Amino acid sequence: MELSINGTIHQIDAEPDTPLLWVLRDVLGMTGTKYGCGVAQCGACTVLIDGQATRSCVTTVDSVAGMAITTIEAIEEDPEGRKVVEAWVANQVPQCGYCQSGQVMAATALLKQTAQPTEDDIAGAMVNLCRCGTYNAISAAVRQAAQA
Amino acid sequence: MNDMTPIRNIEADRSHDAPLNVSRRGFLGGAVALVLSVAVPLGRARAQAADAIAPGTRVSAFLEIRPDSTVLFRSAFIEGGQGVFTAMAQIVGEELDVDPAQFTVEGAPPGPDYLLTGGGRFTGGSMSVRMSYETMRKLGASARRMLLQAAATRLGVPISELSTEPGRVIHAASGQAVRYGEIADAAAGLPVPADVELRPSDSFRWIGKPVPRLDVRAKSTGRAQYAIDLKVDGMLHAAVQHSPRLGGEPGTFANEADVRTMPGVHSIHRLPGAVAVLADSWWRARRAVEALQVTWTEPAAGTPRAMPADFSSDAHKEMLKSTPGDGIAFEAVGDAASALNGAARVVEATYDAPYLVHGQLEPPSAIARWNADGTLELWIPNQAPEMFQADAAKVADIEPAKVIIHSPLLGGFFGRHFLYQTANPYPQAIRLARAAGRPVKLVWSREEEFLRDTLRPMGAVRFRAGLDADGLPVALNAVAVGEGPTGRWFGRQPDKVDGSAVEGIAGKVYAIPNRRVAQIHVDDPAIIGFWRSVGHSMNDFFYETFFDEMADAGQQDPYELRLRLLADSSRLGNLLRAVADLSGGWKRGPFGAEDGTRRARGVAMASPFGSEVATIAEVSLRDGGVVVHDVWVAIDPGSIVNPAIIEAQVNSAVALGLSSALLEEVVYVDGVPRARNFDAYPILPPDRMPRVHVRIVESGAPMGGIGEPGLPGVPPAVVNAASVLTGQRIRSLPLSKLDLKGIEG
Repeated sequence: MELSINGTIHQIDAEPDTPLLWVLRDVLGMTGTKYGCGVAQCGACTVLIDGQATRSCVTTVDSVAGMAITTIEAIEEDPEGRKVVEAWVANQVPQCGYCQSGQVMAATALLKQTAQPTEDDIAGAMVNLCRCGTYNAISAAVRQAAQA
Repeated sequence: MNDMTPIRNIEADRSHDAPLNVSRRGFLGGAVALVLSVAVPLGRARAQAADAIAPGTRVSAFLEIRPDSTVLFRSAFIEGGQGVFTAMAQIVGEELDVDPAQFTVEGAPPGPDYLLTGGGRFTGGSMSVRMSYETMRKLGASARRMLLQAAATRLGVPISELSTEPGRVIHAASGQAVRYGEIADAAAGLPVPADVELRPSDSFRWIGKPVPRLDVRAKSTGRAQYAIDLKVDGMLHAAVQHSPRLGGEPGTFANEADVRTMPGVHSIHRLPGAVAVLADSWWRARRAVEALQVTWTEPAAGTPRAMPADFSSDAHKEMLKSTPGDGIAFEAVGDAASALNGAARVVEATYDAPYLVHGQLEPPSAIARWNADGTLELWIPNQAPEMFQADAAKVADIEPAKVIIHSPLLGGFFGRHFLYQTANPYPQAIRLARAAGRPVKLVWSREEEFLRDTLRPMGAVRFRAGLDADGLPVALNAVAVGEGPTGRWFGRQPDKVDGSAVEGIAGKVYAIPNRRVAQIHVDDPAIIGFWRSVGHSMNDFFYETFFDEMADAGQQDPYELRLRLLADSSRLGNLLRAVADLSGGWKRGPFGAEDGTRRARGVAMASPFGSEVATIAEVSLRDGGVVVHDVWVAIDPGSIVNPAIIEAQVNSAVALGLSSALLEEVVYVDGVPRARNFDAYPILPPDRMPRVHVRIVESGAPMGGIGEPGLPGVPPAVVNAASVLTGQRIRSLPLSKLDLKGIEG
């Protein structure tokens, strides 16, 4: 099966119902996308599928064949992603950092769809869990990225 | 008895500690007599080496100045989000005269140089910076002196004519400059100076400043690597299925042949209390091990810590609450019994708090590789490399010196990465790598983690307070019932109270003339562990919430009563006034907010880990639950290294404290936990995060901790506020158990 990841086509040999997360991490060695819960609760595994924030731990590879998959590894090649990363750095968002790949992907998806998000837009899109509780820094960074 | 060497001598170095901190000093000092669970012999050779090297002095063990004048620093302390790598760069860089931004910091391997927590090594107890501050400054200053000496030789000038500016030595008279990178090799060959002068604090450039964290960009771009992200050549992936109850062993497999033929499967293994599948990817290993139909044996009689088949957390809670007796006294001042008898009014209440999991977002993992030279190499999340090294050696039956430990970044700290035997995957990884003859990377699924994580203990406390005719407290009797994690892991003396069971109830500064704090030990059937702020995580809730009950019974305002009872402590009185000021002046409520909600505020004080904290929370009620709008925290850690990191840590502690107050509870029924993932164990989501306002007060008292102290005041401040709105006292957590529908207004 063919997967288009960060603009590159990969030939993948995996059971069709394998979660995309594990193809990224174990088959392709792209470990920036994190495993947190495996049941779409935490969002640490968030990637973009055709620009949409998607939880890769419950997304089977066969369901995304032929679609444009973007992972954190290519985030700085994306104009919105670059802004988000700079805002994350400026706001010193991460603590342990484990959830932040997913947070950055969720923020990037938001700004792709809504360049000037309202507070409700931000609350609606930024729903990933962070056990370090960096939530206030995350929303500040999203606001800043939207202004950049 | 020397097994606790890595951390047991902490007591000796903590004599300077703030007098209020009873959190870990008691146990660490008292751990000598009874060392049980983490007992692991250290090699004689290592012990001797430790004698010969004064920890924290050998510059070359910590610092490598590269040709481009950047610095590689090996930290004795492990980074798990608390910012300690950046703090180390600030402290060492200040004296070395190198901008912290030029530092790369990594976790140091095991070794005698890094035993900086009182002759041992342990990242925890909010101890890292306060216990190594002077030593690390001297280390940086020593290295700077060596660079000056090397520059003097190279330039042929007296060292007295040289000075430094960041990253280079300057000879002002001749206008010459030598970059550190050019003389690093020469400097490294010089002896470490015996005595060095430290920079006066009024000339600090980086200590005390909000220096950006070193790891933020890597963590914002997915480049930061945690244990779970690592790989070694030729490794197999492993997944496990644990016995549902600890103590059970794998019996028969109903479908072994089928599982063997599943895609990618390499082999199936029996482990103590678990089964494992090795495969060519983790997903395939997991799928196979979960397909394996295992009959688990009942624990053999006498199996240590076997989980009883009928264990119920609700029943255990009721048992703790109803266990009679006065317990063993931990703290006694005046005569509480007589004063209670003579009191005009007696207030009584029993409080409880549930089990909690750590819930760090990085699931546990371990990579084990047996090398051709007989060494065992491990990549493992841990907060005490020497302790893990010693225990791994025991598991592998080799000398500790043959165990190489790599300590990657931790995807969440919270007390999860202590040496808890049944809660760590590395013993399994060691056995699997040996059995397979190949390196093995083992990852626990979130569900297996919920089954084997150590729990914040359940606790219950019975309070009795005596008030005088003016409504002022004259006596307080508190009996904590349960078990503390310190006694569990460091050895408990039957006739003594485990400090971790009463910290936050004992050690309070309020001027209540007669008081007794005691404990009744009840063995906890669960595997309990350290959870951010340890005993304080619940005990400050118990005490500070009961405090408001005393205040209400005596018709005193809880803030004014606290101030009054702290009249003799200017440090705490100032801090309490500071948090009130930060919140715009104390008001308890109920009061109406602009959005039409009815709100109230609660206040709480805490003295955890050498720091002092005052907290105010503002809440309303909505849809039958508690909404927290704002939390104000004034924290006095004595003196500071990085105010931005402190503010971040307070935010983080508020989030975790609030999560525990609002939502979290591990429930056991029939010996198994009901929740195996976050769907059944909710943790604080973004939309329940309050605004957090932080004021740092530097009183000049001995430096206290930062990682944990922001947490304990949050649950009582929130509950005290909620009780104002509900009109009834709330004595049990989490608040999500309560149905407050109809009360909001």
